[in-house]
Amino acid sequence: MIVTAANFDEWRTACRGLLASEVPPSAVHFTDGTEASLFAGEGIPPATSSKYCVPPPFLALAEKVACHREPQRWARLYRALWRLTHGEPHLLDLATDDDVHWLARAEKAVRRDAHKMKAFVRFRRVGEHFVAWHRPDHRIVRLTASFFARRFPEMHWSILTPDESVTWDGDQLHFGPGVPAKDAPPPDVLEGLWKTYYRATFNPARIKLKMMKKELPVRHWPTLPETAIIADLLAEAPVRVAEMVAHAEGPARSAAAFLPPHRDLASLREAATGCTACDLCGPATQTVFGEGKADARIVLVGEQPGDQEDREGRPFLGPAGEVLNAAMHAAGLDRGAVYVTNAVKHFKFSMSGLFRQHRTADVREVNACQPWLAAELDLIRPAVVVCLGATATQAVLGRPFRFADRRGEVVPLESHARAIATYHPAAVLRAPTPERAAEMRADLIRHLAVARGLAG
Amino acid sequence: MDVRRKLEILADAAKYDASCASSGSTGTRRDARLGSTEGMGICHSYTPDGRCVSLLKILLTNYCLYDCRFCVNRASSDTPRARFTVAEVVNLTVEFYRRNYIEGLFLSSGIIQSVHYTMEQLVAVAKSLRVDHGFGGYVHLKLIPGAAPELIAEAGRWADRLSANIELPTTQDLQQLAPEKKRPEIVGTMDAVAEKIDERAADRKAGLAAPNFAPAGQSTQMVVGATPTPDGTILGTADDLYRRQKLRRVYYSAYSPTPHADARLPGLSPPLLREHRLYQADWLLRFYGFRVGEVIATDANLALDVDPKLAWALAHRDWFPIDVNTACRELLLRVPGLGVRNVNRILAIRRHHALTTDDLRKLRVNWKSAAPFVVTGDHNPGLRLLDTVGLKKAVQPTLFDGIDPS
Repeated sequence: MIVTAANFDEWRTACRGLLASEVPPSAVHFTDGTEASLFAGEGIPPATSSKYCVPPPFLALAEKVACHREPQRWARLYRALWRLTHGEPHLLDLATDDDVHWLARAEKAVRRDAHKMKAFVRFRRVGEHFVAWHRPDHRIVRLTASFFARRFPEMHWSILTPDESVTWDGDQLHFGPGVPAKDAPPPDVLEGLWKTYYRATFNPARIKLKMMKKELPVRHWPTLPETAIIADLLAEAPVRVAEMVAHAEGPARSAAAFLPPHRDLASLREAATGCTACDLCGPATQTVFGEGKADARIVLVGEQPGDQEDREGRPFLGPAGEVLNAAMHAAGLDRGAVYVTNAVKHFKFSMSGLFRQHRTADVREVNACQPWLAAELDLIRPAVVVCLGATATQAVLGRPFRFADRRGEVVPLESHARAIATYHPAAVLRAPTPERAAEMRADLIRHLAVARGLAG
Repeated sequence: MDVRRKLEILADAAKYDASCASSGSTGTRRDARLGSTEGMGICHSYTPDGRCVSLLKILLTNYCLYDCRFCVNRASSDTPRARFTVAEVVNLTVEFYRRNYIEGLFLSSGIIQSVHYTMEQLVAVAKSLRVDHGFGGYVHLKLIPGAAPELIAEAGRWADRLSANIELPTTQDLQQLAPEKKRPEIVGTMDAVAEKIDERAADRKAGLAAPNFAPAGQSTQMVVGATPTPDGTILGTADDLYRRQKLRRVYYSAYSPTPHADARLPGLSPPLLREHRLYQADWLLRFYGFRVGEVIATDANLALDVDPKLAWALAHRDWFPIDVNTACRELLLRVPGLGVRNVNRILAIRRHHALTTDDLRKLRVNWKSAAPFVVTGDHNPGLRLLDTVGLKKAVQPTLFDGIDPS
């Protein structure tokens, strides 16, 4: 007997009849209607109510296997069905049985193909409609259509494949005939941005092409816009890695290696003259180390030496130094009784005409210079550290401390000293208006007075 | 700066986060007008580094106040910087999603202004996707350690998965390489999420209509190879996280050379094999009933030449051979070459007939590894290797494995 079934429902109807009249698998030949047959469709017994009960897991399996392209699927399914209903109810447990093994592999192939379809369909916008052309391995359009309907309920979309097509109008699925590759929609404008993302997210330091091809089979590449740049990505990978390595920042980014084994302020100052932990040592004239009383109760930390300090080798001499001296005087502090230093010990500048223009030290320079400041504070053990400006604050209190919000606040340090952040005297000089300058100067004086109070 | 350039910078900056999973969420959110989550994640593409592209993985900004040594975005790095607006991220996600490029969004960020502000921005993106666009796709939000409990609660309401990165396996490592991040803060944030998840489950059980809270749970990531910390300690930390905070996944990321890398870090090529072995050991803890002490001692590293399960079997030959037709599930799971699925199949089949060596081959167990360790219903010639000196050599994978001799 020859039975033709084009899809799962036809096969199921036919099998109901065959089972009801006890036709054994050996007496049936299944075709899927793709080849013409003289005898097709003759004499299938009508489906009557069957005495057999088919387990639901088998139906779920059969529905998937039915999408497989292999013509023998119908015969395999019927034979398994026959055995299930004729003395082998536990057949599906036997993963090593030949029929079960074949069916399980076919089901896995269909499931994988359906999964890949869900992944690799790429919609292209055509007006208000989204259209995709995809080439699945098996006949899975009907199997996956409902997934896309659940995922994109508000969009109007079509998925075209060589076997069948499906359209969602926002309310219902409509199935139609297959569409050849030449009728695929034109590229979407967004594909450029997608390729940008694909390139950026690829890590050229780890290449695993075999792994990639296993999961993204080459036969799917033609419908995936991002695959167009794979060859370029691979070609440029060694160059990108070399660039990454070349960009690694040098190892001597900390002054720790320059600290002398025996520490007092004199030996520190001496050692600091030879420090080359950052690139600022090149253009600057000399290291400007801190100065003042070795057992001062108060340490003032500035940002970095300026033009005049750089030439003379002492901190806070220039215009900013004058502002600081005046403010200290107003706050009742004696410059001779404190220790004054900078977060960064070299002058950072760029040439603007004939002048050396101050530039703010960046985080790497502050980090590199940090060990000097830490060693100074360690030796002096002050009661109060006054941070002048954001850079000094960063060096003493760390990055997350926000100078703008917490200026004037008294903060405990790990060393049991306390710190207070205030304006840098140079900021007072650069204030946009005289009123603002007066405000900032008053703040500076007030905070210095607080420091004096804390120092006792 | 245009969106393309921002995407280039902020995707590049985000790629060192290993997690790409889009799985584990319960059904699609009600009122979703675009997008679905149906349990299983989908990888929409693969890049030539063998990693999948499932989520749009980007940073909101790579400006950062912190200076974690291993991180490409640390404050002292001279990497190019950019910042997306909330609307730009939302728009990009929706448009990519509509073309079926992605499963959803994985959003992280450098820390700008304050922990609070940064977390608010991340939450704003997730909220806008859900509320303004009816987005039902997957959303994974990175939690900034130390974020306020209200913000964590809101993040969990809009996101499918939350994660706070543990970053490094020990407190000392963290102190050395990420001085601004504090272990108690990170763990505290994880605890807060775990508590919220439990709370919601309890509410649901009591019949209350509790709002969503991170239905796909929480995960974390550890950088491996940036410090000399041994695998045993790393796995101990992971085991702790699985037990206490009930994490869904711990990701191990081989420290990979990054542009602008800090030179305090070792090596150039990432220890990929080590990363692989850590994942294998992680699986043994989670699915194979091994205790962490059995897999590896605290101060030891995993063997690179054999996988951890085989290494365990080689060191415990007295447990073998195991009879596949009578041994319990727990014992079968300890046989090298037998995976969880095949163990389940074996248990189903042997109720009906005894398994032979042919049956095992048909199940595609890794026969080369398994043969010396199992007794089957028929003669198993591989068994004679069990008590020989050359056992390790015989079961070790070689370049020629997988080539069919016929």
